[in-house]
Amino acid sequence: MRSNRRGSLLSNTIAYVLLTLVTLIILVPFFWMVTTSLKHQTKIFLFPPQWIPSPIVWGNYIEVFSRQPFHLYFFNSTYIAVLVTAGTCLFASLAGYAFAKIKFPFKNTIFLILLSSMMIPTEVTAIPLFEWMSALHLVNTHFPLIVPPMLGAYGMFGVFLLRQFFITVPSDLDEAAKIDGCTPWTTFCRIMFPLCVPALATLCIFVFLHSWNEFFDPLIYLSSSKLYTLPLALSLFTDQSGTEWHLLMAASVLATLPLLIVFFFAQKKFIEGVAMTGIK
Amino acid sequence: MLRNEKWYGYLFISPMVLGFAAFLLGPILTAFFMSFTDWSLLRDISFVGFDNYKKAFADDPVFWETVGNTLYFSAGLVPLNLSLALGLALLLKKKLPGIDFFRTALFTPVVTSLVVWSIVFKYIFATDAGLINQALRILGLEGPAWLYHLELTMPVVIVVSVLKNVGLNMVIFLAALHDVPKMYYEAASLDGASRWKTLTNVTLPLISPSVFLALILTLIGSLKVFGQIYIMTGGGPGTSTYVLVYYIYQQAFKLYEFGYASAIAFILFFIVFLLTLLQWSVRKRWVHHEE
Repeated sequence: MRSNRRGSLLSNTIAYVLLTLVTLIILVPFFWMVTTSLKHQTKIFLFPPQWIPSPIVWGNYIEVFSRQPFHLYFFNSTYIAVLVTAGTCLFASLAGYAFAKIKFPFKNTIFLILLSSMMIPTEVTAIPLFEWMSALHLVNTHFPLIVPPMLGAYGMFGVFLLRQFFITVPSDLDEAAKIDGCTPWTTFCRIMFPLCVPALATLCIFVFLHSWNEFFDPLIYLSSSKLYTLPLALSLFTDQSGTEWHLLMAASVLATLPLLIVFFFAQKKFIEGVAMTGIK
Repeated sequence: MLRNEKWYGYLFISPMVLGFAAFLLGPILTAFFMSFTDWSLLRDISFVGFDNYKKAFADDPVFWETVGNTLYFSAGLVPLNLSLALGLALLLKKKLPGIDFFRTALFTPVVTSLVVWSIVFKYIFATDAGLINQALRILGLEGPAWLYHLELTMPVVIVVSVLKNVGLNMVIFLAALHDVPKMYYEAASLDGASRWKTLTNVTLPLISPSVFLALILTLIGSLKVFGQIYIMTGGGPGTSTYVLVYYIYQQAFKLYEFGYASAIAFILFFIVFLLTLLQWSVRKRWVHHEE
């Protein structure tokens, strides 16, 4: 018994040491990002490097906004992600409810076809979609960043997720509403939609995160700087020769911080929402 | 009332069905069609049969280099990611005090933008002002130009990508480990099985469906690597970090060779398709584990 306890003390210590090591490696980039963002321009190339900046230059964060219309990028990223998320939740829950609870011919065939499309890489559909968007004069607008993901890749995933959820809802509820004279539409609005809010929260996080961080689509579609999203704007910052790392890091902190704050307050939902990609 | 129900069904699914047709099925069929043409902004379109595929396989050394680089990236990333994720999940399973902190910290890169992550690491691996080379200089060593080195650049990108996403597989494995019924461990310890034996004979077989799923998803993801390459290396030095999606991007959106780019994109789709079929067929055999 005693040797057993000593054994587990030893193995616990090893566990802590290993976890601390990997965690440190993973946290270094965050630490370095914040530190650099507070350094004076002249201290960036200093050797040995300053771990804690002195003096601390909060002004870098203000300079970011005066160099580029950073508030616009923030606004663009936010409103695109909000629209995509709201639309996906609405249309996916409608379809998910129909696939789970309403009887209609070819229901399961249609569902399987939609489900199988989840394996289509968006990089492959990007070329024809770009052609079509340019024929419709929608290149260099936000339309291709909002509607195709909402009713395409994210949407199909949402349908799958919400169908799984609605299947677990007892059919009695549905039947009772029907007897009370509810149409499927009123049943959905008054009973089913409120019920699926927990599942929707997971979907919201998944979609918002992906939309906020999306890089490929903005890169191919947007050319006017006033339309840029945060990831695109940041990536173009580095292109310019002689990167001003202190400003780039300040901008990176600003782009990362909102999501990280939400993440720390809603970790369980976040981890659930992102790990969901694993279940398809 | 009841007779109407099916029309409500069709109405409710119609946005998603239309979206599927317009943004998934339509484009994938069009991409297939385009891959047999010389579609480009620079020419009138004409049908060229298998020329694009022939060009890729026989006449374009960069394509083969791209395939090789992509496989190199996958071969490096997948085993590293899975073994590290599994190791971390086994450590986190212990429920030691303060363990939640580690889980949160290790998961943080997953919710961080790939662009930000790549930019920060581009800075950390910078030749002169980079953190790594400055640390080496403190030890009296002269670090290499990590991101401008034919042999070193790809390994750096692999490590950066593993650190970005290891938390995802980690939580998938952690969930699988929590689902293993306690009685198996009790039985193993009654039989006097060592820890290593318990791991290899009890734990791993029981979570193998999750491991396989993570393997396929990570592999598919690694074949589609783009953002970190675009930002950290721009495909370089030379073409040493050209990968499939980067090459598709180059051909389609820099050179406007939509026909050729579609052929390469379709080759990528075909590989992903085969992997997905493999996953589905193997998963069917494992269903009893997942109940």
